[in-house]
Amino acid sequence: MGKSTFYNDKMMSFPVFYFLYKGGLKMASKVYECIAKIADSIIENKDYLTELDREIGDADHGINMARGYTEALGQLPQDEADIGAVLKKTGMVLLSKVGGASGPLYGTAYMKAAKAAAGKSELTVQDGKDIFEAVIGGIKLRGKAERGEKTMLDAIIPAYEAYCAAMDEGKSLADCLDAMCAAAKEGTEFTKTIRATKGRASYLGDRSIGHQDPGATSSLLTMEAIRDYIGA
Amino acid sequence: MVGIVIVSHSRLAAEGIRELAAQMAGPDLQLIACGGLEDGSIGTDAVRIQNAVIQADSGDGVCMLVDLGSGIMSAETAIELLEFDDEHSDIQVRIADTPILEGAVSAAVSASAGDSLEDVIAAAEEARGMKKLQ
Repeated sequence: MGKSTFYNDKMMSFPVFYFLYKGGLKMASKVYECIAKIADSIIENKDYLTELDREIGDADHGINMARGYTEALGQLPQDEADIGAVLKKTGMVLLSKVGGASGPLYGTAYMKAAKAAAGKSELTVQDGKDIFEAVIGGIKLRGKAERGEKTMLDAIIPAYEAYCAAMDEGKSLADCLDAMCAAAKEGTEFTKTIRATKGRASYLGDRSIGHQDPGATSSLLTMEAIRDYIGA
Repeated sequence: MVGIVIVSHSRLAAEGIRELAAQMAGPDLQLIACGGLEDGSIGTDAVRIQNAVIQADSGDGVCMLVDLGSGIMSAETAIELLEFDDEHSDIQVRIADTPILEGAVSAAVSASAGDSLEDVIAAAEEARGMKKLQ
């Protein structure tokens, strides 16, 4: 965990876990801090997310997500060494406390990440990639959705691809994270131009066009919080 | 005997449907209402559903009736949680693709008669095509 590791860009295939390599502090406490950063952002943007959901859904996305992350902040072990255990606990709390569709979706995403990281106190590049793919696979399975259906996948999949592409080009960590967030932002903006075919918004048909998807937006906030935490 | 779990976003809806279905059920039927979040607010909770399935199972499997959208996602998540729960991974559990109230009544009758899980699911799903007006 020396500086040579820190500056090795090849370590970075999955940004959430890059901070694991940043220093000699307890790994899992860093996972906790990152999740706390995500929680702060979701809670701060509660009204914004709810407003987006008012336009094409049932006006509860921000309220539900904030409730889930508030509970997670209280329940997560701050000194657990097993990264998988922290992610699993986050998933279980979100499954229980969010209530709306984002509960099983984000809950499943964290549970899948947990499974891929089970028993680990450090993660390699390959672990990170496996985790990211597990997350996307879990969301697809749970939501029976694909890219282009005006969902969180429209933020997450382009972000993952942009991140991997930046990595393959040998870009720096900061550039990779920025590429991830730029693609997530573009993907989230793109949801305004398409029709919803999944979830409550699908009842609106073409009238859902013009509105930004709340789930894609909370996914964007999640990735931006990760970037901001790691970049700090 | 096959157990039944009624999953709704609303605690009152789940309990009301349970009450109606219980009228048609035998005394031994495990008929569990699982509505809302733990604090009583509207929503579905995969972990509560998982526990309801464990409670409903007596070895012959569990039929779940669910209401809308994310209720189905939470029920499916509960099934997955059970698969990874070493103590309970052998529980047979399925979601009936049917209206929740009519399905619950049909499933309660079928399960009380001692039908297999497959037959209880079939009975619940038959309710989907029932005409109300002749």
